[in-house]
Amino acid sequence: MMAENNDSVTRRRFLRHSVWGACLAGLGGTTAFLGSKSRKTDTVWQIDPEICVACGNCSTYCVLEASAVKCVHAYAMCGYCKICFGFFGPEPFDITEAAENQLCPTGAIKRTFVEDPYYEYTIDESLCIGCGKCVKGCNTFGNGSLFLQVRHDRCLNCNECSAAAACPSGAFKRVPADRPYLLKRVDHA
Amino acid sequence: MIRLGYIIISIAFFLIVCGIASGVERFPPPDFVETGYELPSPTTPQPRQNIYEYIDAVVLLAALGLASYLVLKKRSRRAIFVLMVFSLIYFGFWRKGCVCSIGAIQNITLSVFDRDYAVPIVVAVFFLLPLVFTLFFGRTFCAAVCPLGAVQDLVLLRPVAVPNWLESGLRLFAYAYLGTAVLLAATGSAFIICRYDPFISFFRLSGSLNIFILGACFLLVGVFIGRPYCRFVCPYGVILRQLSRLSKWHVAITPDDCIKCRLCEDSCPFGVIKVPTAEWPARDYDKSKKLLALLIILLPILILACAWAVSTAGDLMSRTHATVRLADRINLEESGKVKETTDASSAFWATGRQVKELYSEASNIQAEIKTGSWLLGGFLGLVIALKLIVHSVRRTRIDYEADRAGCLACGRCFEYCPREHVRLKEAKQTVGGSE
Repeated sequence: MMAENNDSVTRRRFLRHSVWGACLAGLGGTTAFLGSKSRKTDTVWQIDPEICVACGNCSTYCVLEASAVKCVHAYAMCGYCKICFGFFGPEPFDITEAAENQLCPTGAIKRTFVEDPYYEYTIDESLCIGCGKCVKGCNTFGNGSLFLQVRHDRCLNCNECSAAAACPSGAFKRVPADRPYLLKRVDHA
Repeated sequence: MIRLGYIIISIAFFLIVCGIASGVERFPPPDFVETGYELPSPTTPQPRQNIYEYIDAVVLLAALGLASYLVLKKRSRRAIFVLMVFSLIYFGFWRKGCVCSIGAIQNITLSVFDRDYAVPIVVAVFFLLPLVFTLFFGRTFCAAVCPLGAVQDLVLLRPVAVPNWLESGLRLFAYAYLGTAVLLAATGSAFIICRYDPFISFFRLSGSLNIFILGACFLLVGVFIGRPYCRFVCPYGVILRQLSRLSKWHVAITPDDCIKCRLCEDSCPFGVIKVPTAEWPARDYDKSKKLLALLIILLPILILACAWAVSTAGDLMSRTHATVRLADRINLEESGKVKETTDASSAFWATGRQVKELYSEASNIQAEIKTGSWLLGGFLGLVIALKLIVHSVRRTRIDYEADRAGCLACGRCFEYCPREHVRLKEAKQTVGGSE
């Protein structure tokens, strides 16, 4: 009885050792597989402005209190219009900077006079909530120089981006961390 | 010339109506001859540098090494606790709990199934290092490195024992969670482990209210039932359990010999201390032999039954994939069952893609998830069957020892062992000798 017991113990031990070895080999294999596929540079989340429909989900779904997505202005594409569809609401009372005329819910767009009849529009990122109202206006009636981008000084780079999961157009993608922006450019082709 | 003007206006009008005219120069940018105004360019603040990610990996390695030393050699609950608090602060509150080893399961799975997806090195390190350490030293990762474990360990004040059968049954959830997470990550549907990480809202001190409430519930339950997430939910814990069974070295309650004093019996808040068992009476032995034979015959039936049961939920699971949801919506709109469009469907219509193309893509994904749900069900059936088999087999145990799979290596039991006090030279006389 005793001898049999010992025998089974050694058998069990042998089995355990071999399974242990197999597990280690498996982990080694996984390491090799991942090593062969791993990227040198990390990736970060970014919005492709050509696909983005400015639905406004970014402002509410981001895990941060104030979304990491903000409006960015490609000045080179801007028409510097006096009546900007990204700045003024659909039926402004007056063409002035007064709050009731503005489209932006937080007044994050500053309108400054440059020369007649041109006005410069700059985004105050500390106020911008990434709702995309101005982006929609500018895309529909203007040059489309306003667009949404993930700002990487704020983004936590979550493994699954909550805003990306809520994006209706699939505009979110992972881009290399050394080129983290997908900026709109002038296309004079 | 007039004709050309008409064409331009009509094109512009068409684009405005479509609303897809992003980047169209309707108003040519001025050249500012009068003021010499220079165009500003948009700022591009850079993300956190790669080097910090590598520091995280080094900290993880150091923490794992130190945890293993503290658990196996130093045997000091206090030191383990201090390291645990450090990990909570560093990996939890400083690194905001992301990326973590638990969530990394999904990245690894996706990289296996998606040819274009490559795992960042740091994520691979976070996935592999704890597994390797567990294979050698047991679950020291759970003891003092994982921030999710740490936050639950801190609130454990009034531990209540959970009966064995209940513990084992509830743990099935963790297997199901692991299987579902792997299935959904493999098909590129969602990363559910990240989505339902209950403590992430605490680490970030922001985020969705529902997850915050979920986390609060876990912590509230965790006051009485030690580490509920680790024991009944954590999908990484399921993998660690199996590796810990095989680990080369493992936590021992006693530093040398067990004297069966029963002092440690109730010391474990996670109920993993196994008490010595006597040999079976012959009658019980025969009875359980028959039961075992029956269970082995039942095994394939159980696997098939579970596979079928889970596969019925395949369509429901495929709804987690955005493409499948979109295809459903487009189908409804096309057949005229709904009038209004959603953000997603209007974005799809604006791209001008073929509807057929979307449908075939969606049905491919649905088929994949259906196959996956059969496999998931089979896996769960196997787990249930093996659990039943293990419960019908009784091993004789001579000493009090920690269950290798379930032991979280927290080190609470050390100070209950009189031999430990001898080791620490706190007791001059051996307890065994005074008897």
